[in-house]
Amino acid sequence: MYDSLEKILEICNKQKLSFWEAVMQEDCREEGISPDDSREKMHAIYQAMRESDRNYDPALISSSGLSGTDAEKMRQSRLNGQLLQDDFTGKVMERALRVAESNACMKRIVAAPTAGSCGVMPAVLLTIREKLDLPDEKMEEALYTASGIGGVIAQRACLAGAEGGCQAEIGSASAMAAGAAVYLMGGTEEAIIHSCAMALSALLGLVCDPVAGLVEVPCVKRNVTGAVNAVCAAEMALAGIRSRIPPDQVIDAMKSVGRCMATDLRETGRGGLAATPEGQRIRDRLIGGS
Amino acid sequence: MNIFDVIGPVMVGPSSSHTAGAVKIGNVCLKLMGEKIQKADILLHGSFLATGKGHGTDKALVAGLLGFSVDDSRIPDSFRIAQESGLSYRFGAIDLGEDAHPNSVRMDLTSISGKKLEVQASSIGGGRIMVNRIDGLEANFSGDLPTLIVHNLDQPGHVAEVTSMLEHKSVNIATMQLYRSGRGGHAVMVIECDQEIPREALKWLEHLEGIEKVTYYSLQQEI
Repeated sequence: MYDSLEKILEICNKQKLSFWEAVMQEDCREEGISPDDSREKMHAIYQAMRESDRNYDPALISSSGLSGTDAEKMRQSRLNGQLLQDDFTGKVMERALRVAESNACMKRIVAAPTAGSCGVMPAVLLTIREKLDLPDEKMEEALYTASGIGGVIAQRACLAGAEGGCQAEIGSASAMAAGAAVYLMGGTEEAIIHSCAMALSALLGLVCDPVAGLVEVPCVKRNVTGAVNAVCAAEMALAGIRSRIPPDQVIDAMKSVGRCMATDLRETGRGGLAATPEGQRIRDRLIGGS
Repeated sequence: MNIFDVIGPVMVGPSSSHTAGAVKIGNVCLKLMGEKIQKADILLHGSFLATGKGHGTDKALVAGLLGFSVDDSRIPDSFRIAQESGLSYRFGAIDLGEDAHPNSVRMDLTSISGKKLEVQASSIGGGRIMVNRIDGLEANFSGDLPTLIVHNLDQPGHVAEVTSMLEHKSVNIATMQLYRSGRGGHAVMVIECDQEIPREALKWLEHLEGIEKVTYYSLQQEI
Protein backbone atom coordinates (compact mmCIF):
# COMPACT_ATOMS: atom_id res chain seq x y z
CA MET A 1 0.00 0.00 0.00
CA TYR A 2 1.23 3.48 -0.79
CA ASP A 3 2.12 5.86 2.02
CA SER A 4 1.83 9.09 0.06
CA LEU A 5 -0.91 10.61 -2.11
CA GLU A 6 1.67 12.71 -3.91
CA LYS A 7 3.68 9.60 -4.71
CA ILE A 8 0.58 7.97 -6.25
CA LEU A 9 0.03 11.12 -8.32
CA GLU A 10 3.64 11.00 -9.53
CA ILE A 11 3.33 7.33 -10.53
CA CYS A 12 0.06 8.05 -12.36
CA ASN A 13 1.68 10.87 -14.32
CA LYS A 14 4.83 8.90 -15.14
CA GLN A 15 3.19 5.63 -16.12
CA LYS A 16 -0.01 7.13 -17.58
CA LEU A 17 -2.18 5.28 -15.09
CA SER A 18 -5.45 6.19 -13.41
CA PHE A 19 -5.31 6.61 -9.65
CA TRP A 20 -7.36 3.43 -9.19
CA GLU A 21 -5.09 1.42 -11.50
CA ALA A 22 -1.99 2.44 -9.57
CA VAL A 23 -3.66 1.42 -6.29
CA MET A 24 -4.89 -1.92 -7.64
CA GLN A 25 -1.57 -2.83 -9.28
CA GLU A 26 0.37 -2.14 -6.09
CA ASP A 27 -2.04 -4.21 -3.99
CA CYS A 28 -1.95 -7.13 -6.45
CA ARG A 29 1.84 -7.06 -6.37
CA GLU A 30 2.03 -6.97 -2.56
CA GLU A 31 -0.63 -9.61 -1.98
CA GLY A 32 0.46 -11.83 -4.86
CA ILE A 33 -3.00 -11.94 -6.44
CA SER A 34 -4.13 -11.42 -10.02
CA PRO A 35 -6.07 -8.31 -11.11
CA ASP A 36 -9.02 -10.59 -11.93
CA ASP A 37 -9.11 -12.00 -8.38
CA SER A 38 -8.77 -8.53 -6.94
CA ARG A 39 -11.61 -7.19 -9.06
CA GLU A 40 -13.79 -10.13 -8.08
CA LYS A 41 -13.22 -9.29 -4.43
CA MET A 42 -14.00 -5.62 -4.99
CA HIS A 43 -17.15 -6.62 -6.85
CA ALA A 44 -18.32 -8.55 -3.78
CA ILE A 45 -17.57 -5.57 -1.54
CA TYR A 46 -19.53 -3.28 -3.85
CA GLN A 47 -22.52 -5.63 -3.88
CA ALA A 48 -22.43 -5.81 -0.07
CA MET A 49 -22.35 -2.01 0.05
CA ARG A 50 -25.43 -1.78 -2.19
CA GLU A 51 -27.23 -4.34 -0.05
CA SER A 52 -26.41 -2.41 3.12
CA ASP A 53 -28.34 0.50 1.61
CA ARG A 54 -31.20 -1.60 0.21
CA ASN A 55 -31.72 -3.62 3.41
CA TYR A 56 -32.62 -0.66 5.60
CA ASP A 57 -35.62 -1.38 7.76
CA PRO A 58 -37.40 1.88 8.76
CA ALA A 59 -39.06 0.12 11.72
CA LEU A 60 -35.82 -1.13 13.28
CA ILE A 61 -34.52 0.38 16.53
CA SER A 62 -31.14 -0.46 18.09
CA SER A 63 -31.04 -2.50 21.30
CA SER A 64 -30.12 0.63 23.30
CA GLY A 65 -33.10 2.47 21.82
CA LEU A 66 -30.82 5.31 20.69
CA SER A 67 -30.83 4.73 16.92
CA GLY A 68 -33.34 4.02 14.19
CA THR A 69 -36.16 5.59 12.10
CA ASP A 70 -34.27 8.81 11.29
CA ALA A 71 -33.48 7.94 7.67
CA GLU A 72 -37.20 7.49 7.08
CA LYS A 73 -37.91 10.95 8.55
CA MET A 74 -35.33 12.41 6.18
CA ARG A 75 -36.92 10.56 3.29
CA GLN A 76 -40.39 11.88 4.08
CA SER A 77 -39.06 15.41 4.36
CA ARG A 78 -37.35 15.04 1.00
CA LEU A 79 -40.40 13.50 -0.71
CA ASN A 80 -42.63 16.26 0.67
CA GLY A 81 -40.37 18.90 -0.85
CA GLN A 82 -39.45 20.40 2.51
CA LEU A 83 -35.69 20.54 1.91
CA LEU A 84 -33.83 23.76 1.15
CA GLN A 85 -31.13 21.71 -0.54
CA ASP A 86 -31.56 19.89 -3.82
CA ASP A 87 -32.79 16.31 -4.08
CA PHE A 88 -29.25 14.98 -4.57
CA THR A 89 -28.01 16.32 -1.23
CA GLY A 90 -31.21 15.13 0.44
CA LYS A 91 -30.56 11.64 -0.86
CA VAL A 92 -26.94 11.72 0.33
CA MET A 93 -28.13 12.64 3.83
CA GLU A 94 -30.84 10.00 3.83
CA ARG A 95 -28.48 7.25 2.66
CA ALA A 96 -25.84 8.09 5.24
CA LEU A 97 -28.51 7.68 7.92
CA ARG A 98 -29.88 4.47 6.36
CA VAL A 99 -26.55 2.65 6.43
CA ALA A 100 -25.30 4.06 9.75
CA GLU A 101 -28.62 3.22 11.44
CA SER A 102 -28.53 -0.27 9.96
CA ASN A 103 -25.09 -0.72 11.49
CA ALA A 104 -26.37 0.34 14.92
CA CYS A 105 -29.19 -2.20 14.52
CA MET A 106 -26.84 -5.14 13.80
CA LYS A 107 -27.44 -5.34 10.07
CA ARG A 108 -24.70 -6.23 7.59
CA ILE A 109 -22.54 -3.33 6.39
CA VAL A 110 -19.14 -2.71 4.80
CA ALA A 111 -16.66 -1.13 7.22
CA ALA A 112 -15.28 1.75 5.11
CA PRO A 113 -12.92 2.37 6.72
CA THR A 114 -14.64 1.52 10.03
CA ALA A 115 -18.08 0.26 11.03
CA GLY A 116 -18.81 3.56 12.77
CA SER A 117 -18.22 5.48 9.52
CA CYS A 118 -19.85 2.93 7.21
CA GLY A 119 -22.55 5.32 5.95
CA VAL A 120 -20.32 7.94 4.33
CA MET A 121 -19.04 6.08 1.27
CA PRO A 122 -22.34 4.47 0.19
CA ALA A 123 -24.17 7.76 0.75
CA VAL A 124 -21.92 9.65 -1.65
CA LEU A 125 -21.12 6.95 -4.20
CA LEU A 126 -24.51 5.26 -4.57
CA THR A 127 -26.24 8.62 -4.93
CA ILE A 128 -23.83 9.64 -7.71
CA ARG A 129 -24.41 6.27 -9.37
CA GLU A 130 -28.15 6.86 -9.28
CA LYS A 131 -27.82 10.32 -10.77
CA LEU A 132 -25.35 9.44 -13.54
CA ASP A 133 -26.43 5.83 -14.11
CA LEU A 134 -22.89 4.43 -13.86
CA PRO A 135 -21.93 0.78 -14.49
CA ASP A 136 -20.66 -1.52 -11.70
CA GLU A 137 -17.10 -1.55 -13.07
CA LYS A 138 -16.83 2.21 -12.75
CA MET A 139 -18.18 2.08 -9.19
CA GLU A 140 -15.65 -0.59 -8.27
CA GLU A 141 -12.86 1.56 -9.69
CA ALA A 142 -14.11 4.35 -7.43
CA LEU A 143 -13.78 1.95 -4.49
CA TYR A 144 -10.14 1.27 -5.45
CA THR A 145 -9.60 5.02 -5.54
CA ALA A 146 -11.09 5.32 -2.04
CA SER A 147 -9.11 2.39 -0.65
CA GLY A 148 -5.86 3.87 -1.95
CA ILE A 149 -6.66 7.09 -0.12
CA GLY A 150 -7.62 5.22 3.07
CA GLY A 151 -4.44 3.18 2.78
CA VAL A 152 -2.28 6.29 2.70
CA ILE A 153 -4.13 7.69 5.73
CA ALA A 154 -3.65 4.37 7.56
CA GLN A 155 0.10 4.43 6.84
CA ARG A 156 0.75 8.07 7.66
CA ALA A 157 -1.82 8.54 10.43
CA CYS A 158 -4.57 6.12 11.53
CA LEU A 159 -8.16 5.06 10.92
CA ALA A 160 -9.28 4.26 14.47
CA GLY A 161 -11.23 6.61 16.74
CA ALA A 162 -9.42 5.20 19.75
CA GLU A 163 -6.16 6.37 18.22
CA GLY A 164 -7.00 9.58 16.35
CA GLY A 165 -10.52 10.58 17.34
CA CYS A 166 -13.49 10.84 14.97
CA GLN A 167 -11.40 12.80 12.45
CA ALA A 168 -9.65 9.48 11.81
CA GLU A 169 -12.94 7.67 11.16
CA ILE A 170 -15.51 10.08 9.71
CA GLY A 171 -12.72 12.39 8.51
CA SER A 172 -10.97 9.56 6.66
CA ALA A 173 -14.26 8.20 5.29
CA SER A 174 -15.07 11.68 4.01
CA ALA A 175 -11.64 12.04 2.34
CA MET A 176 -12.04 8.61 0.73
CA ALA A 177 -15.56 9.41 -0.50
CA ALA A 178 -14.45 12.79 -1.85
CA GLY A 179 -11.65 11.27 -3.92
CA ALA A 180 -13.93 8.51 -5.21
CA ALA A 181 -16.58 11.09 -6.12
CA VAL A 182 -14.06 13.14 -8.09
CA TYR A 183 -13.12 10.00 -10.00
CA LEU A 184 -16.77 9.21 -10.81
CA MET A 185 -17.27 12.79 -12.04
CA GLY A 186 -14.29 12.50 -14.38
CA GLY A 187 -11.85 14.65 -12.42
CA THR A 188 -8.07 14.47 -12.72
CA GLU A 189 -5.74 12.58 -10.36
CA GLU A 190 -4.61 15.89 -8.97
CA ALA A 191 -8.23 16.88 -8.24
CA ILE A 192 -8.70 13.53 -6.47
CA ILE A 193 -5.93 14.09 -3.96
CA HIS A 194 -6.87 17.72 -3.36
CA SER A 195 -10.49 16.76 -2.68
CA CYS A 196 -9.14 14.41 0.05
CA ALA A 197 -7.08 17.21 1.53
CA MET A 198 -10.05 19.59 1.62
CA ALA A 199 -12.44 16.98 3.04
CA LEU A 200 -10.02 15.99 5.80
CA SER A 201 -9.05 19.60 6.58
CA ALA A 202 -12.70 20.43 7.21
CA LEU A 203 -13.06 17.72 9.85
CA LEU A 204 -9.68 18.11 11.51
CA GLY A 205 -9.97 18.00 15.29
CA LEU A 206 -13.26 16.08 15.39
CA VAL A 207 -13.30 14.13 18.65
CA CYS A 208 -14.60 10.61 19.28
CA ASP A 209 -17.09 10.95 22.15
CA PRO A 210 -19.66 8.15 21.88
CA VAL A 211 -22.41 8.30 24.48
CA ALA A 212 -22.26 5.21 26.72
CA GLY A 213 -19.38 4.01 24.52
CA LEU A 214 -21.81 2.87 21.83
CA VAL A 215 -21.38 3.44 18.07
CA GLU A 216 -24.62 5.43 17.92
CA VAL A 217 -24.62 8.97 19.38
CA PRO A 218 -23.23 11.04 17.71
CA CYS A 219 -21.72 8.55 15.21
CA VAL A 220 -24.87 7.96 13.14
CA LYS A 221 -25.45 11.65 12.44
CA ARG A 222 -21.76 12.37 11.89
CA ASN A 223 -21.99 10.05 8.91
CA VAL A 224 -24.30 12.66 7.36
CA THR A 225 -21.75 15.40 8.05
CA GLY A 226 -18.94 13.31 6.55
CA ALA A 227 -20.96 12.50 3.42
CA VAL A 228 -22.12 16.06 2.66
CA ASN A 229 -18.63 17.36 3.43
CA ALA A 230 -17.22 14.88 0.90
CA VAL A 231 -19.58 16.17 -1.81
CA CYS A 232 -18.53 19.77 -1.05
CA ALA A 233 -14.83 18.90 -1.19
CA ALA A 234 -15.29 17.02 -4.47
CA GLU A 235 -17.22 19.90 -6.03
CA MET A 236 -14.50 22.36 -4.99
CA ALA A 237 -11.75 20.15 -6.42
CA LEU A 238 -13.67 19.66 -9.67
CA ALA A 239 -14.09 23.43 -9.93
CA GLY A 240 -10.31 23.74 -9.89
CA ILE A 241 -9.95 24.78 -6.25
CA ARG A 242 -6.83 23.37 -4.57
CA SER A 243 -5.88 22.78 -0.95
CA ARG A 244 -3.31 25.38 0.13
CA ILE A 245 -1.67 22.72 2.31
CA PRO A 246 -0.37 19.72 0.29
CA PRO A 247 -2.56 16.60 0.77
CA ASP A 248 0.10 14.46 2.52
CA GLN A 249 0.80 17.28 4.97
CA VAL A 250 -2.91 17.52 5.80
CA ILE A 251 -2.86 13.82 6.70
CA ASP A 252 0.25 14.35 8.83
CA ALA A 253 -1.56 17.21 10.58
CA MET A 254 -4.45 14.86 11.33
CA LYS A 255 -2.02 12.50 12.99
CA SER A 256 -0.49 15.17 15.17
CA VAL A 257 -3.91 16.57 16.12
CA GLY A 258 -4.91 13.03 17.15
CA ARG A 259 -1.82 12.80 19.34
CA CYS A 260 -2.80 16.04 21.08
CA MET A 261 -6.28 14.75 21.92
CA ALA A 262 -6.86 13.75 25.53
CA THR A 263 -7.77 10.08 25.94
CA ASP A 264 -11.20 11.20 27.18
CA LEU A 265 -11.83 12.30 23.58
CA ARG A 266 -10.67 9.11 21.90
CA GLU A 267 -13.48 6.54 22.04
CA THR A 268 -13.43 6.11 25.79
CA GLY A 269 -16.94 7.51 26.24
CA ARG A 270 -15.65 9.87 28.94
CA GLY A 271 -15.46 13.25 27.20
CA GLY A 272 -17.41 15.52 24.84
CA LEU A 273 -21.06 14.56 24.32
CA ALA A 274 -20.60 11.41 26.42
CA ALA A 275 -19.71 13.57 29.43
CA THR A 276 -22.76 15.87 29.21
CA PRO A 277 -25.44 15.41 31.89
CA GLU A 278 -27.75 13.80 29.32
CA GLY A 279 -24.92 11.64 27.96
CA GLN A 280 -24.20 10.39 31.47
CA ARG A 281 -27.88 9.84 32.20
CA ILE A 282 -28.14 7.64 29.10
CA ARG A 283 -25.02 5.80 30.15
CA ASP A 284 -26.35 5.18 33.66
CA ARG A 285 -29.65 3.92 32.27
CA LEU A 286 -27.93 1.49 29.87
CA ILE A 287 -24.95 0.31 31.87
CA GLY A 288 -25.46 1.42 35.45
CA GLY A 289 -23.18 3.98 37.08
CA SER A 290 -19.51 3.29 37.56
CA MET B 1 -2.72 -4.58 5.88
CA ASN B 2 -4.12 -4.47 2.34
CA ILE B 3 -6.78 -2.40 0.57
CA PHE B 4 -9.51 -4.84 1.64
CA ASP B 5 -8.67 -4.05 5.26
CA VAL B 6 -9.36 -0.40 4.41
CA ILE B 7 -12.63 -1.07 2.57
CA GLY B 8 -13.97 -4.03 4.50
CA PRO B 9 -14.60 -6.30 6.16
CA VAL B 10 -18.21 -6.92 5.23
CA MET B 11 -19.62 -7.41 8.72
CA VAL B 12 -22.66 -7.26 10.93
CA GLY B 13 -22.57 -4.03 12.96
CA PRO B 14 -22.25 -2.03 15.04
CA SER B 15 -18.56 -2.23 16.00
CA SER B 16 -15.57 -3.90 14.40
CA SER B 17 -13.93 -4.43 17.79
CA HIS B 18 -17.00 -5.24 19.90
CA THR B 19 -18.98 -7.17 17.30
CA ALA B 20 -16.81 -8.49 14.43
CA GLY B 21 -13.83 -9.13 16.74
CA ALA B 22 -16.09 -10.95 19.20
CA VAL B 23 -17.43 -13.23 16.44
CA LYS B 24 -13.86 -14.02 15.44
CA ILE B 25 -12.88 -14.87 19.04
CA GLY B 26 -15.81 -17.29 19.27
CA ASN B 27 -14.80 -18.78 15.95
CA VAL B 28 -11.18 -19.30 16.97
CA CYS B 29 -12.36 -21.01 20.19
CA LEU B 30 -14.55 -23.40 18.19
CA LYS B 31 -11.67 -24.25 15.85
CA LEU B 32 -9.27 -24.74 18.77
CA MET B 33 -11.76 -27.16 20.29
CA GLY B 34 -12.01 -28.97 16.96
CA GLU B 35 -15.55 -30.16 17.60
CA LYS B 36 -18.96 -28.73 18.50
CA ILE B 37 -19.26 -26.93 21.82
CA GLN B 38 -21.94 -27.96 24.28
CA LYS B 39 -21.36 -25.61 27.19
CA ALA B 40 -19.77 -22.18 27.41
CA ASP B 41 -19.08 -20.04 30.46
CA ILE B 42 -18.36 -16.62 29.01
CA LEU B 43 -16.70 -14.12 31.34
CA LEU B 44 -16.47 -10.53 30.12
CA HIS B 45 -13.79 -8.06 31.15
CA GLY B 46 -13.43 -4.27 30.86
CA SER B 47 -15.14 -2.58 27.96
CA PHE B 48 -16.57 -5.90 26.77
CA LEU B 49 -18.39 -6.03 30.10
CA ALA B 50 -19.36 -2.34 30.21
CA THR B 51 -20.57 -1.77 26.64
CA GLY B 52 -20.82 -5.31 25.34
CA LYS B 53 -24.57 -5.56 25.55
CA GLY B 54 -25.19 -2.40 23.54
CA HIS B 55 -22.74 -3.60 20.90
CA GLY B 56 -24.15 -7.11 20.73
CA THR B 57 -20.81 -8.52 21.95
CA ASP B 58 -22.68 -11.27 23.81
CA LYS B 59 -24.62 -12.34 20.72
CA ALA B 60 -21.46 -12.07 18.62
CA LEU B 61 -19.41 -14.35 20.91
CA VAL B 62 -22.14 -17.01 20.88
CA ALA B 63 -22.46 -16.65 17.09
CA GLY B 64 -18.73 -17.27 16.79
CA LEU B 65 -18.97 -20.39 18.96
CA LEU B 66 -21.68 -21.63 16.58
CA GLY B 67 -19.26 -21.17 13.67
CA PHE B 68 -20.88 -18.11 12.09
CA SER B 69 -18.63 -15.73 10.16
CA VAL B 70 -18.49 -11.97 10.86
CA ASP B 71 -20.90 -11.16 8.01
CA ASP B 72 -23.56 -13.73 8.92
CA SER B 73 -26.89 -11.92 9.20
CA ARG B 74 -28.04 -14.51 11.78
CA ILE B 75 -25.68 -13.01 14.42
CA PRO B 76 -28.48 -11.01 16.13
CA ASP B 77 -30.44 -14.29 16.50
CA SER B 78 -27.54 -16.34 17.84
CA PHE B 79 -29.08 -16.92 21.32
CA ARG B 80 -32.14 -18.57 19.83
CA ILE B 81 -30.06 -20.60 17.35
CA ALA B 82 -27.74 -21.73 20.17
CA GLN B 83 -30.72 -23.05 22.10
CA GLU B 84 -31.98 -24.93 19.07
CA SER B 85 -28.57 -26.49 18.37
CA GLY B 86 -27.86 -27.56 21.95
CA LEU B 87 -25.22 -25.00 22.95
CA SER B 88 -25.83 -23.79 26.49
CA TYR B 89 -24.09 -20.60 27.55
CA ARG B 90 -23.82 -18.43 30.62
CA PHE B 91 -22.43 -14.90 30.89
CA GLY B 92 -20.54 -13.50 33.85
CA ALA B 93 -18.08 -10.78 34.80
CA ILE B 94 -14.36 -11.15 35.44
CA ASP B 95 -11.46 -8.86 36.25
CA LEU B 96 -8.48 -10.11 34.25
CA GLY B 97 -6.20 -7.46 35.71
CA GLU B 98 -4.69 -4.22 34.48
CA ASP B 99 -2.51 -5.87 31.86
CA ALA B 100 -5.47 -7.36 30.02
CA HIS B 101 -6.78 -5.47 26.97
CA PRO B 102 -10.06 -3.62 27.76
CA ASN B 103 -11.89 -5.77 25.19
CA SER B 104 -11.14 -9.15 26.71
CA VAL B 105 -13.07 -12.31 27.43
CA ARG B 106 -12.37 -15.63 29.08
CA MET B 107 -14.29 -18.66 27.87
CA ASP B 108 -14.49 -21.94 29.76
CA LEU B 109 -15.70 -24.41 27.18
CA THR B 110 -16.84 -28.04 27.11
CA SER B 111 -17.27 -29.91 23.82
CA ILE B 112 -19.94 -32.50 22.96
CA SER B 113 -17.44 -35.29 23.72
CA GLY B 114 -16.50 -33.73 27.09
CA LYS B 115 -13.22 -32.08 26.05
CA LYS B 116 -12.40 -28.97 28.11
CA LEU B 117 -10.75 -25.79 26.89
CA GLU B 118 -10.12 -22.45 28.56
CA VAL B 119 -9.31 -19.50 26.30
CA GLN B 120 -8.59 -15.87 27.13
CA ALA B 121 -8.67 -13.56 24.11
CA SER B 122 -8.97 -9.89 23.26
CA SER B 123 -10.34 -7.84 20.39
CA ILE B 124 -7.60 -5.38 19.54
CA GLY B 125 -9.31 -3.13 16.97
CA GLY B 126 -10.58 -3.22 13.40
CA GLY B 127 -11.90 -6.77 13.88
CA ARG B 128 -8.43 -8.14 14.58
CA ILE B 129 -8.00 -10.31 17.66
CA MET B 130 -5.34 -11.84 19.86
CA VAL B 131 -5.61 -15.07 21.81
CA ASN B 132 -3.76 -14.39 25.07
CA ARG B 133 -3.97 -17.57 27.16
CA ILE B 134 -4.93 -21.17 26.63
CA ASP B 135 -5.66 -23.44 29.60
CA GLY B 136 -4.11 -20.92 31.97
CA LEU B 137 -0.78 -20.57 30.17
CA GLU B 138 0.30 -17.60 28.05
CA ALA B 139 -0.16 -18.08 24.29
CA ASN B 140 -0.25 -15.09 21.97
CA PHE B 141 -1.50 -15.50 18.41
CA SER B 142 -3.78 -13.69 15.99
CA GLY B 143 -5.87 -16.42 14.41
CA ASP B 144 -4.74 -15.28 10.95
CA LEU B 145 -2.43 -18.26 10.39
CA PRO B 146 -2.63 -22.00 11.15
CA THR B 147 -1.39 -22.25 14.74
CA LEU B 148 -0.04 -25.16 16.76
CA ILE B 149 -0.15 -25.00 20.54
CA VAL B 150 1.76 -27.70 22.40
CA HIS B 151 1.63 -28.07 26.18
CA ASN B 152 4.57 -30.11 27.42
CA LEU B 153 6.73 -30.75 30.44
CA ASP B 154 9.66 -28.34 30.63
CA GLN B 155 12.31 -30.86 29.55
CA PRO B 156 15.06 -30.77 26.91
CA GLY B 157 14.16 -31.91 23.39
CA HIS B 158 10.47 -31.16 22.96
CA VAL B 159 11.02 -28.04 20.84
CA ALA B 160 13.31 -30.07 18.55
CA GLU B 161 10.72 -32.85 18.26
CA VAL B 162 8.03 -30.42 17.19
CA THR B 163 10.17 -28.36 14.80
CA SER B 164 11.69 -31.41 13.09
CA MET B 165 8.18 -32.79 12.60
CA LEU B 166 7.25 -29.50 10.91
CA GLU B 167 10.34 -29.66 8.73
CA HIS B 168 9.49 -33.23 7.76
CA LYS B 169 6.00 -32.09 6.68
CA SER B 170 7.42 -29.06 4.79
CA VAL B 171 5.62 -26.62 7.07
CA ASN B 172 7.32 -23.24 7.43
CA ILE B 173 7.26 -21.49 10.81
CA ALA B 174 6.08 -17.86 10.73
CA THR B 175 6.40 -17.09 14.46
CA MET B 176 7.31 -19.14 17.50
CA GLN B 177 6.96 -18.43 21.21
CA LEU B 178 7.90 -20.41 24.30
CA TYR B 179 6.51 -19.96 27.80
CA ARG B 180 6.73 -21.93 31.02
CA SER B 181 5.23 -21.81 34.49
CA GLY B 182 8.68 -22.33 36.04
CA ARG B 183 11.83 -24.37 35.49
CA GLY B 184 10.95 -28.03 35.09
CA GLY B 185 7.22 -27.27 35.30
CA HIS B 186 4.62 -26.92 32.55
CA ALA B 187 5.62 -25.28 29.28
CA VAL B 188 3.82 -24.20 26.15
CA MET B 189 4.94 -23.64 22.55
CA VAL B 190 2.88 -21.46 20.24
CA ILE B 191 3.83 -21.83 16.58
CA GLU B 192 2.15 -19.88 13.77
CA CYS B 193 2.71 -21.61 10.42
CA ASP B 194 2.51 -20.64 6.75
CA GLN B 195 1.01 -24.02 5.81
CA GLU B 196 -1.56 -26.33 7.40
CA ILE B 197 -0.19 -29.22 9.47
CA PRO B 198 -1.44 -32.69 8.46
CA ARG B 199 -3.72 -34.44 10.99
CA GLU B 200 -1.54 -37.55 11.31
CA ALA B 201 1.44 -35.42 12.33
CA LEU B 202 -0.62 -33.94 15.18
CA LYS B 203 -1.70 -37.44 16.27
CA TRP B 204 1.95 -38.51 16.32
CA LEU B 205 2.87 -35.53 18.51
CA GLU B 206 0.11 -36.31 21.01
CA HIS B 207 1.65 -39.69 21.80
CA LEU B 208 5.15 -38.47 22.56
CA GLU B 209 6.45 -38.79 26.11
CA GLY B 210 6.29 -35.45 27.95
CA ILE B 211 3.75 -33.88 25.57
CA GLU B 212 0.64 -33.12 27.62
CA LYS B 213 -1.76 -31.57 25.14
CA VAL B 214 -1.77 -30.68 21.45
CA THR B 215 -4.17 -28.02 20.27
CA TYR B 216 -4.35 -27.00 16.64
CA TYR B 217 -6.03 -24.04 15.01
CA SER B 218 -6.70 -24.69 11.34
CA LEU B 219 -8.00 -22.13 8.87
CA GLN B 220 -9.59 -24.81 6.68
CA GLN B 221 -11.40 -26.93 9.20
CA GLU B 222 -15.21 -26.95 9.05
CA ILE B 223 -16.99 -27.93 12.26
